[in-house]
Amino acid sequence: MIAVSGRRRVVWAPSLGAPDRVLTLLALALSATGLLLVWSATRMQDDNGLLVRQAVAVGGGLVLMWLVSRVDLRVLRAYVPLAYVLTLLSLAAVLSPLGVRVNGAHSWIVLAPGVQFQPSEFAKVALALAFAVPLGELRDGQHRPGFGGVLLALVLAAVPIGLIALQPDLGTMLVFAAMVAGALLVSGAPKRWLLVLVLGAVGAGAAAWRLGLVRPYQLERLLVLANPGADPGGVGYNAAQARIAIGSGGLYGKGLFNGEQTAGHFVPEQHTDFIFTVAGEELGFAGAALIVLAVCALLWRGLSIARHSASPYGAVLAGAVVSWIAFQTFVNVGMTVGLMPIVGVPLPFVSYGGSATVAGLLAVGLLQAVHRTKSMQP
Amino acid sequence: MSRARLFVLRLVVTAMLATLVGRLWFLQVVSGDEYVRAAADVRIRTVALPPTRGQILDVAGRPLVTNRTRPVVTVDAVALAHQPDGGREVLTRLGEVLGRPYRQIAEKVRLCAPQVRQPCWQGSPYEPIPVAEGVTVPVALQISERQQDFPGVRTDLRPVRVHPGGAAAAHTLGYVQGAKGRDGLEGVYDRELAGRAGRRDVAVDNTGQVTRIIRQDPPVPGNTLVTSIDSRIQAIAEQALGRALTSSGGSSGAAVVLESGTGRVVALAGRPAYDPGVWTDGVTAREYKALPLLSQAVQGEWAPGSTWKVASAAAAVTSGYGLGATYDCPSGYTVGNRVFRNFGSADLGLMTMHGALVQSCDTIFYRLADQLWQRGSDALQKTARGFGFGRPTGVDLPGEAAGAVPDPASKKALWRATRAESCRRAEKGYPEMADQGRAAYLTAIARENCRGGGVWRGGDAANFSIGQGGVLVTPLQLARAYAAIANGGTLHSPRVGLRVVRPDGSTVRTITPPVAGRLPATAETLRFIRQALTQVPRSGTAEGAFKGFPFGKIAVAGKTGTAESFGHRDTSWFASFAPDPAYTVVVVLSEGGRGAEGAAPAARDIWEGILGLRERR
Repeated sequence: MIAVSGRRRVVWAPSLGAPDRVLTLLALALSATGLLLVWSATRMQDDNGLLVRQAVAVGGGLVLMWLVSRVDLRVLRAYVPLAYVLTLLSLAAVLSPLGVRVNGAHSWIVLAPGVQFQPSEFAKVALALAFAVPLGELRDGQHRPGFGGVLLALVLAAVPIGLIALQPDLGTMLVFAAMVAGALLVSGAPKRWLLVLVLGAVGAGAAAWRLGLVRPYQLERLLVLANPGADPGGVGYNAAQARIAIGSGGLYGKGLFNGEQTAGHFVPEQHTDFIFTVAGEELGFAGAALIVLAVCALLWRGLSIARHSASPYGAVLAGAVVSWIAFQTFVNVGMTVGLMPIVGVPLPFVSYGGSATVAGLLAVGLLQAVHRTKSMQP
Repeated sequence: MSRARLFVLRLVVTAMLATLVGRLWFLQVVSGDEYVRAAADVRIRTVALPPTRGQILDVAGRPLVTNRTRPVVTVDAVALAHQPDGGREVLTRLGEVLGRPYRQIAEKVRLCAPQVRQPCWQGSPYEPIPVAEGVTVPVALQISERQQDFPGVRTDLRPVRVHPGGAAAAHTLGYVQGAKGRDGLEGVYDRELAGRAGRRDVAVDNTGQVTRIIRQDPPVPGNTLVTSIDSRIQAIAEQALGRALTSSGGSSGAAVVLESGTGRVVALAGRPAYDPGVWTDGVTAREYKALPLLSQAVQGEWAPGSTWKVASAAAAVTSGYGLGATYDCPSGYTVGNRVFRNFGSADLGLMTMHGALVQSCDTIFYRLADQLWQRGSDALQKTARGFGFGRPTGVDLPGEAAGAVPDPASKKALWRATRAESCRRAEKGYPEMADQGRAAYLTAIARENCRGGGVWRGGDAANFSIGQGGVLVTPLQLARAYAAIANGGTLHSPRVGLRVVRPDGSTVRTITPPVAGRLPATAETLRFIRQALTQVPRSGTAEGAFKGFPFGKIAVAGKTGTAESFGHRDTSWFASFAPDPAYTVVVVLSEGGRGAEGAAPAARDIWEGILGLRERR
């Protein structure tokens, strides 16, 4: 199927175990739900252009997921340096005139008219793969990464985080930070390192505050979280409308395609970052909680895969992916229900957005690859 | 890698997602109802549907006030707020079409808030805000056909009040402001005319565009008020009053036509008047101040002069004076140390009370009043009050004046109230007054009033008996008193409203003028007075004005009045009635000169108009 060309010749297919079908089914179910919700959110529009684009993204993402899931982890490992460098280059390209500014942030690269992609989403995949190298590839006799490994992991994370800070994209930065924390945690890095990391994060936050690096709109978002009614017409509008839409759904919702708040376009960015409000309004608590539970089940599968991973590399990789999807889900749903400030991160598998959808399914593919790779020994 | 660490991560992940589920439970199940309401608030807007206001018709069903729809340009503030420049471009373009500057339109559209200065829109931001009423149809079409150029701007048809009679009976009809009836019949019968507003709940999207109608409660149109006004006679009265004021040089005036037997108002004209069309386009504060809003027929008060003598004659009868007895009418009569003279100092010789009324002898009434005063009788005041003077008639019109029937107590009270001012004037005089003779006269009076006073004297009684000396009546009061004389003594509380009718034509209620009292005079006395007044236009004081009048067709009876008004020309009165048609016609011309010369010809005009004789002129 895929001709693997490179310096190493690897026999991959025969050594792979069976895929985790539950994981695949959960990813499929969430993607399908996402398509329905995007359809509902865009149903008042004249054409189904957005729905079609999302369907194409889901289809492409599933193909990539399937392909990646069939690759031995060692093969993937071989391409990590290339993926990492490509990621850095594309993140830099976003800041160049090639990048497109959307909602005040340079996040996009236009490949062709109508075809654009968001490198920061793919950067999550690349970063998960890259962290796992210093944290998961232990020398003989080592049970946990040493000082050098942790430092290298932090440096590998710091460069893309810095590039994303220039966009700026606070949400993606936080996701990266969560991935670093998750990977370090799973890798078994010494507790003091985790402590240093936490203190460092607090210190960085305080410094940013004191030095005035926090942008006014970010501050406003935090204040709105504390008091959502403060400015319902301005920054608080999103938060208030999202909560009204979800809250009015009640226990069983108004029915798919029957949401009145959704029909009235009261929630901005509803098909992307606020897709969960459609679920909340139209599917009610039953549907919304089911989506959260599906994500939860998917993450549990991921954690089981980490636990049973044949190699520390696979475990750290799975830990990073789980942290990514968990944190992003928590932030995304949290901001729609008023638990988190409004930071722009999509809901994995569900939100409209080609890059995010493909990256999310790729991540599932990585989990499958970890699951299926029996041994890292060559 | 460590299994314990993975377990920690599992715990963290589970806790985070469990938090979300818990929060969803709280939002959707625990406080779901609250958010359902909040969602409705966001999504549903209530639009008031104004009802059609009822018409006001004359006695024959001809419209006095009706409705017409006019194009009005409205602006949706919510839609404007969603435009990138807050609607500036659209409003500027609208200003060009309407021929008004942007600023003027923007002021009308901005929402009132503590820091926003007037003018501003006081209503709901979800209501269409009218920025131009009564625009021409081409302008309205220009806007409605180029909707892409005017997002958020709409043209609607809005009902406005129309007065087919123009300024006729403007005060009586009143006006409407902001769907609320003000003044006149519009004010008094507002509840019947207004109807009930309907409401429409519409679903809107985030830009305020209506997506569908959820619920509609149609408005209930107002009822129609049928009045007893005869618009033909009203027009005649208006014309006659206008002509008389022009020819006599009077400053203001009124004409009242009542149905004598029922107390229904047939016509009420007052000058100065205004065209009620001014309300349609909106009135500025300065224009408002200049509008003659006072209804002279019910709010104007003047000394009645000799028209008052019917009450004095009735008082004489109740005090024991015979109607047929002979009285001397000398040129002057001395009360105390002052000689009160007849009009023109004429010595008319001996006559009965009949002659005293027909020729309007003053000295007979002076002597009568002097004698009654000496007896300590208050028969003059009592009778005057019995004729309905000194209190409002209770007509179904707002702001009615009470008139004045002065007596010893009121004189004392007035003197007390003004004594301090009198003493100040007694000392300082009237230095601001150009007319030195007048200033000296007033200073002398002030000096006298400062020393003492407030005592009702024979002179006061004498002035009172001929409708002077502080006596004030409204034209409507005098008309209903004369109507009572004509109908045999029943004093009505006049009514303009005749019937309240539903839009389907069925009657809600019929309005009957209530009986307010009976004249303090026997049928015989009233017959005597009627006979005397019948002679006035034929051979009495109004003979000149009624020369050539077809008395054979209609036996008009009446009484002239010429009231002195200090510092002004005389007030001219004529009060009249006829048996068939049983109408009472009263005309007053302020500063119109003698009653026989100003008001009597105007009353004759009205009578001839009623008979259909005026058309020949």
